[in-house]
Amino acid sequence: MTDAHAKAEGSYYVPHGSPWPIVAAVALFSLMLGAVLFLDGAAPAWSLLPGPLLLAFLFVGWFSTVVGENQKGIYNLRVDRSFRMAMMWFIFSEVMFFAAFFGALFYARMFSVPWLGGQGVKAITNFLLWPHYEATWPTNGPGHVGGAHFDSAPMGIAALNTLILLTSGLTVTIAHHALRSGHRGRLKLFLALTFLLGFTFVALQAHEYGEAYMHMNLKLTTGIYGTTFFMLTGFHGLHVTIGAIMLVVIWFRVLRGHFTPERHFAFEAVSWYWHFVDVVWLCLFIFVYWL
Amino acid sequence: MRRKGGRGDRAAERAEEGPGRCARLGKGAGIVSLAAAMAGAVPAFASGWDLLNMPRGVTNVSTRIYSLHMMAFWVCVVLAALVFGVMIWSLLFHRKARGAVPDVTMVHNTKVEIVWTTIPVLILVGMAIPAARLLVRINNNTDSEVSIRVNGFQWGWQYQYLGTNVSIVSKLSQSSDAASMLDSGTNPRSVPHYLLSVDHPLVVPVGEKVRLLITSVDVIHSWWVPDLGVKRSAIPGFINEASFTIDPSKPGVYRGQCADLCGRGHAYMPIVVHAVSPAAFQTWLKQQESAGKQVSTGEPAPPAAST
Amino acid sequence: MTESHETAVHAEHDHKPHGWRRWVFATNHKDIGTMYLIFSGLMFFLGGAAAMGIRAQLFKSGLELFDPAEFNQLLTMHALMMIFGAVMPAWVGLANWMIPLQIGAPDMALPRLNNLSFWILPFAGALLISAFLVPGGAPAGGWTMYPPLMEQFGASFPMVIFAIHLLGISSILGAINVIVTIMNLRAPGMSLLRMPLFVWTWLITAYLLIAVMPVLAGAVTMLLTDHFFGTSFFNAAGGGDPVLFLHVFWFFGHPEVYILILPAFGVISEIIPTFSRKPLFGYEAMVYATASIAFLSFIVWGHHMFTVGMPVAAQLFFMLSTMLIAVPTGVKVFNWTATMWRGSLSFEPPMLFAVAFLFLFTIGGFSGLMLALVPSDYQYHGTYFVVAHFHYVLVPGAIFAIMGAVYYWLPKWSGRMYDMRLAKWHFWLSAIFVNVLFFPQHFLGLAGMPRRIADYAPQFTDWNMVSSIGGFVFGAAQLLFPYIVWQCVRSGKPVGANKPWEGAHGLEWELPSPAPYHSWQEPPSEAVLAHGAEH
Ligand code: HEA
Ligand code: HEA
Ligand code: CUA
Ligand SMILES: [Cu+2]
Repeated sequence: MTDAHAKAEGSYYVPHGSPWPIVAAVALFSLMLGAVLFLDGAAPAWSLLPGPLLLAFLFVGWFSTVVGENQKGIYNLRVDRSFRMAMMWFIFSEVMFFAAFFGALFYARMFSVPWLGGQGVKAITNFLLWPHYEATWPTNGPGHVGGAHFDSAPMGIAALNTLILLTSGLTVTIAHHALRSGHRGRLKLFLALTFLLGFTFVALQAHEYGEAYMHMNLKLTTGIYGTTFFMLTGFHGLHVTIGAIMLVVIWFRVLRGHFTPERHFAFEAVSWYWHFVDVVWLCLFIFVYWL
Repeated sequence: MRRKGGRGDRAAERAEEGPGRCARLGKGAGIVSLAAAMAGAVPAFASGWDLLNMPRGVTNVSTRIYSLHMMAFWVCVVLAALVFGVMIWSLLFHRKARGAVPDVTMVHNTKVEIVWTTIPVLILVGMAIPAARLLVRINNNTDSEVSIRVNGFQWGWQYQYLGTNVSIVSKLSQSSDAASMLDSGTNPRSVPHYLLSVDHPLVVPVGEKVRLLITSVDVIHSWWVPDLGVKRSAIPGFINEASFTIDPSKPGVYRGQCADLCGRGHAYMPIVVHAVSPAAFQTWLKQQESAGKQVSTGEPAPPAAST
Repeated sequence: MTESHETAVHAEHDHKPHGWRRWVFATNHKDIGTMYLIFSGLMFFLGGAAAMGIRAQLFKSGLELFDPAEFNQLLTMHALMMIFGAVMPAWVGLANWMIPLQIGAPDMALPRLNNLSFWILPFAGALLISAFLVPGGAPAGGWTMYPPLMEQFGASFPMVIFAIHLLGISSILGAINVIVTIMNLRAPGMSLLRMPLFVWTWLITAYLLIAVMPVLAGAVTMLLTDHFFGTSFFNAAGGGDPVLFLHVFWFFGHPEVYILILPAFGVISEIIPTFSRKPLFGYEAMVYATASIAFLSFIVWGHHMFTVGMPVAAQLFFMLSTMLIAVPTGVKVFNWTATMWRGSLSFEPPMLFAVAFLFLFTIGGFSGLMLALVPSDYQYHGTYFVVAHFHYVLVPGAIFAIMGAVYYWLPKWSGRMYDMRLAKWHFWLSAIFVNVLFFPQHFLGLAGMPRRIADYAPQFTDWNMVSSIGGFVFGAAQLLFPYIVWQCVRSGKPVGANKPWEGAHGLEWELPSPAPYHSWQEPPSEAVLAHGAEH
């Protein structure tokens, strides 16, 4: 078969064999193995390095192949749709990952902490095991894990960050409209704004972590509040970082003249991801900082 | 068979076990699995029928659980008989080898489909109602006369009689422990109540409501005595409640085991409950209290049998 | 489908790659499917070897083979290898082979991703199994990994956690591929309600996978951070609760057991009509029943936790929702029965396995229903009654369905027929001894034998001996299976142009056997589609 066939409307492209998947499998394995060795104290911290490096190599390599093939026009709309669906479901799987941690937060706030504090059906727990504990939120638990008490994380930076992320959701949408209506200049500008806002968010978040660790004794190790706070915002922050890097990549592709008003799967995928990160943050803001 | 002794003891502890019930179960088993029942027939006789089914137990709750269990069992047997009957009929009479011609027009039939959706719902409702009633009843832990805090640990149980200074640490008996070692060379059957005996049993009165406040100091365990109908996890940091009232006419020794995987010694943390008359219980408790704060080593009064 | 279909195109010329590249760089759904199935078979034997160790230890009262800690390792690894290594990859392998054939597609939608999801597995498997080799041995907390016990294990603890992460990534990517293939690559005219049931059940399974594998990843991540980074998810002193883990785990765990069984329902729904020479009874009802089971599976997880001290209202809720699952499952069983009713039955090996599935899965379902009644579960929980329940649904359930599927489609894949007589031997030995193996465990559980113990009181000996003997014969009988498959592929009689099963229908049988390397280069025409649908 030849490429002429490939361009036939509606035909399906079955790619030839590729070394990238096996590289990906090795990269993932190195990542996990490195973590195992490090956590078990069997190797120093450098064992953590090969995994991410290989992963970076992999992403550059695999995606360049795909981008190259795409630029050659081998892919048709049906392939495009496969990619879209795959991205949607991938994001859904991420949603479920966050759901597990939100579930933990709700469980702690609605069940375990009240029970330990003598409310609800397991009130006797408090009476017999933790007689002086009163349920509050935030809390580091009846064992005062991690030492002195602290207040909840301040709303200030979080509110600012909310504004930043919401704005970035807006800018990426403007960029999308610009792409669709062929305004490349506006596209470049607003896309750049989006990832700049993203990095600002991460920077502010890092600042907040610093404050929490140094001045508030709010740590991963200070009981369930610190646990849920850092795990949720931490995984979110990681996703923002990844999303912002993806935006940068997309931006460079825009600079190179990739994407057409009709066909721009990669752009859309990244913008969906960005909206997903945005929505997760809204939930975080409401349930972690606000309520 | 060599095992006669152990079997006899167990049967005596559960005096009310009748062969009739078990024979019925045997029949049910035959219906659902001919192969297993045949293969099993010989050892089944050897072990005594009481090893085929859930014990009726000696508390109000355990007997009701038993009835619920048997009800569910018979519902399943009847449904199995019906469903498997139709299947077997097809297997026998609608086979190609007998020249059966397929009825290819049989694609679906809304009427039957509604019927076989509705009837199961009704059956389930019929099962759920008694189950829900019993559930609510079991979880009523108020009005108890004796409260005991149960602490699971790796691997044993500690019992504290609330309102007294009596505390018992209960671990696998020496004889079982020695025999349980890898290649100990001891025949388990020569050890009385191998793996089901402890050094210091829990002592409780019959006819009074005993409330257990169960927790753990390390990992999750589960306190289970089948004859009492009580199984509840011991969760570190939290208290779970359970309660039982032993039939006043059934003093005796009741045995159970830890029922949640808790590590290497999970098979080796049995529970032994001595149920004695309230008077004997009070005497025993006084004795223990006056013995001071030290951990109890005393044997309960009746029954004096080996634990 | 909006776009007009389509010839499959390939970037290279259309002959297959050779040598190791064909496998390592594979993008062909059949090659990848084959690799999945081989991997699964390997793990089945390793998991089975662990099971043989368990049964040998439990042959009689008194500790003679393994230290209890080693026993618990065997137990944990047996379950993990069987569930994540044997059954799940077997289903993905079958999906790879059959879905494109059955929906008229040239391949899976994302062939390279497909390759990745497979190749993660050997690495994950190696990481998992090497847990046995490190100091302290494999984790021994059971496949449920409850804290704080799970956190007591040494060097292998993070290995198992990360192995699970890898297995989870593989499953999620595989599931995404299945969904996209089904939603995007169906032949024109193959509307959703014309899809074969195997495709339907897999579609729904894929949704379940994407929804719950990330939750498992979350659960084990929390274990990891509690252990290494001092978080307090499962630590009461810090305001957490060990039971939180149980909730998160079982939110994954219950849908997981349907992930293991829904494709089996699909396979049975293919085999029974073929050998009854009659269309499946109640096709649409089957689809809706599958969807209802999947939906309900998200709200029943608490039935694994009746004895951990949940509020009564929660126990009630979980009891009722669990019982409800019997209704759609019943619809399935009744529909299969009605399919056989007034059919023209013959009993080739796939049908034998399907019929055994029907009987024995139903028994497992009934014991499940008994477990759902909370007060009774207070007695059953943590005993061999539960072990009997889940092995009935998993071994003569999922495993028999997998074997039935292989016996059904092997002639399609290889173009050759296997030794029918030997396969019948395999069946009868399996079907009889699986009952000898697991039926007595009901008695043991009821009589009070806890599960997960390395040694037991002497009165349980007799039934354990029966069970172990059943296990050894059952296990030995499984050796026939790879032999039969091997022999078939090497030297089986070619099936030629005819369908190997006269009653078979569906698109896959419209292709020659073995199917061409790129399955449906030309999408099937409406005529082919219609021909495939009739008998
Ligand atoms: C393939 C796997 C599979 C499947 C399909 C099922 C199916 C079911 N399971 Fe099972 N289960 C497991 C795998 C599975 N299970 C595993 C692995 C465990 C243990 C995990 C562990 O702890 O390690 C477990 C444990 C388990 C428990 C917890 C026990 C305990 O630990 O205390 C419970 C409790 O409710 C339960 C219930 C059920 C029910 C109600 C069904 C239902 O879906 C069954 C429905 C089917 C039928 C009922 C039969 C057919 C129906 C009819 C013929 C219609 C007529 C019927 C009626 C009207 C009643 N299961
Ligand atoms: C799909 C899942 C699956 C499958 C297929 C099986 C298959 C088998 N299981 Fe498994 N099992 C589980 C899932 C599964 N199990 C789970 C989830 C648990 C709970 C774990 C926990 O509590 O955490 C469990 C627990 C479990 C226990 C309970 C242990 C305990 O609680 O202490 C036992 C005991 O008998 C057991 C036995 C068997 C046997 C004999 C088989 C047989 O069917 C296996 C047959 C296969 C073979 C034997 C392999 C083929 C042959 C060879 C390797 C050749 C060598 C043969 C000989 C030497 C004869 N299993
Ligand atoms: Cu304690 Cu098991
Ligand atoms: Cu379940």
